[in-house]
Amino acid sequence: MEKFEKLHGIAAPMPLVNIDTDMIIPKVFLKSIQRTGFGVNLFDEMRYNRDGTEIPDFVLNKPQYRNAEILVAGDNFGCGSSREHAPWAIADFGIKCVISTSFADIFFNNCFKNGILPIVLPQEQVDVLMADAEKGENARMTVDLEAQEITTSDGQVFSFDVDAFKKHCLLEGLDDIGLTMEKAGSIDSFEAQAAQARPWV
Amino acid sequence: MSPKTLYDKIWDAHVAHEAEDGTTLLYIDRHLVHEVTSPQAFEGLRMTGRKVRAPEKTIAVPDHNVPTTAGREDPTQMTEESRIQVQALDTNAKEFGIHYYPMNDVRQGIVHIVGPEQGWTLPGMTVVCGDSHTATHGAFGALAHGIGTSEVEHVLATQTLIQKKSKNMKVEITGKLKPGVTAKDITLAVIGETGTGGGTGYVIEYCGEAIRDLSMEGRMTVCNMAIEGGARAGLIAPDQTTYDYVQGRPHAPKGAQWEAALDWWKTLFTDEGAHFDKVVTLKGEDIQPVVTWGTSPEDVLPITGVVPSPEDFEGGKVEAARRSIEYMGLTPGQKLTDIEIDTVFIGSCTNGRIEDFRAVAEVVKGKKIKDGMRAMIVPGSGLVRLQAEEEGLADIFREAGFEWRLAGCSMCLAMNPDQLSEGERCAATSNRNFEGRQGYKGRTHLVSPAMAAAAALTGRLTDVRELV
Repeated sequence: MEKFEKLHGIAAPMPLVNIDTDMIIPKVFLKSIQRTGFGVNLFDEMRYNRDGTEIPDFVLNKPQYRNAEILVAGDNFGCGSSREHAPWAIADFGIKCVISTSFADIFFNNCFKNGILPIVLPQEQVDVLMADAEKGENARMTVDLEAQEITTSDGQVFSFDVDAFKKHCLLEGLDDIGLTMEKAGSIDSFEAQAAQARPWV
Repeated sequence: MSPKTLYDKIWDAHVAHEAEDGTTLLYIDRHLVHEVTSPQAFEGLRMTGRKVRAPEKTIAVPDHNVPTTAGREDPTQMTEESRIQVQALDTNAKEFGIHYYPMNDVRQGIVHIVGPEQGWTLPGMTVVCGDSHTATHGAFGALAHGIGTSEVEHVLATQTLIQKKSKNMKVEITGKLKPGVTAKDITLAVIGETGTGGGTGYVIEYCGEAIRDLSMEGRMTVCNMAIEGGARAGLIAPDQTTYDYVQGRPHAPKGAQWEAALDWWKTLFTDEGAHFDKVVTLKGEDIQPVVTWGTSPEDVLPITGVVPSPEDFEGGKVEAARRSIEYMGLTPGQKLTDIEIDTVFIGSCTNGRIEDFRAVAEVVKGKKIKDGMRAMIVPGSGLVRLQAEEEGLADIFREAGFEWRLAGCSMCLAMNPDQLSEGERCAATSNRNFEGRQGYKGRTHLVSPAMAAAAALTGRLTDVRELV
């Protein structure tokens, strides 16, 4: 996985609440057996007409947000299906950080596996960032994971919480499976003990 | 020893390693796999030269893409992409040596129906699947939740998940349900109360008399939609109803092992005085047959209600409600029972079990569905289909004008040929009414099987209590 570097980029505003993973990547695009190439279909039904032409009003179709690297979104972002195609599509588009007042659990976890940083902030701070994002491409935000700080285009700073282990993995671009395999001894001994205690499993 | 919740007990029995900050390697007893969220995970194993650590605990079945019409062995019934995905599962199951129910096996069906039916799901287990509706298995008092594809690969390789413990939430449904009110109405009513984000960060334990009174099928319906309330998992403590369902199933323990298992299962309940971080209580007798009007499962109202107005809401929900009402083609103030529908879908991991079909048969027996109505009933597994045929339910459905299909996810998510067309409106027993969920610009109203049956007869959303 790529390391999460300090990010200085355009933020796109999507204030709608309960943006679900069917909106992020509709099921017709889940049929690939690859992990890449989903970015073009990110938010497909909101972004394109049926004939494939763009819907100009959709935020990521506006010239100032085409290169957005940050998404500021409404509450409960990523609810619904567990499809990791949602963060794959977000990452493939080039978005590396999503900010909201809350995220659905599975989506939240899936982000970290794909080099995306999801940040939870209180409503009043998300409101400020949403307003900042509305300013367009000249208003760039900075997301500093190391310092756990977001800086708005006019210099306001908000600090955020992140799980220490997840932060470490993102900063170093670590592969979870490799890390767990180092603990194979613990898994072996758990398995042996569980086979005694619950042999029917 | 301090009192523990059911969740605490199952969690504690599965900790393989715990770091100082609480990051835990949780051991996984059962890993269920379907064709949509697994190909990239198996490919990951191949690329790194890794094996499946516990193939005997890994069970795969294709369900999302499979057609549900007769003659589906004919490869032209599937799109090229669907065929590739199903074939990839065939190949991966063989290559990695995991249990597999291929499309032509009578036991094939929706993964969350097959697991319990075959006795793979047992009380006190940890169960995961690359599918959010894994919460279903919580009905057995198993800690069960959905995971992403990276985590699928992690479980395949290590039989563990990296987890932090969630908070405990209790949802109690007191008293008795009124006639015409079902498990589906309970679970939708709870989401209406808590919102789709209300359970985020929690594992829910459902309890109370109305929950105890439910069959295993009903309990699975309730837990299935825990995820729609934002909770990763829903749990119901096992009891005699659970043991009776499990006993004798192909992969359930037998003989002395059954007795040993039963001894442990009987310790799986929340201790008196255990702490819950959040408690929600509903009175069973207050719950009415409900329908959804919008495009979020929290958009729930009793069937006796009217379409709300965006101004009835606050904050970001105002815009979301405006968008929903427009998408659904409704008018604020319109009576829900005046909403005309053209399609009925009965099935899915929420309501594709035998009891659901019995409830439908009770409503439609000897009657005909509305002229022009497209109504399909899709069993959750090949075995449910067989049982419904043996009980004579399939004949009742056919005579009433329903299409009686083969097992699969079908129109719950329209990754297969069963889809809504633009503007079509469906009463569905599935779990999600999201925009486009059942087909591009399709409109979904979530209901119980009995309510879906009533709607099929009248051609509009209908209070089933008026028909039976």
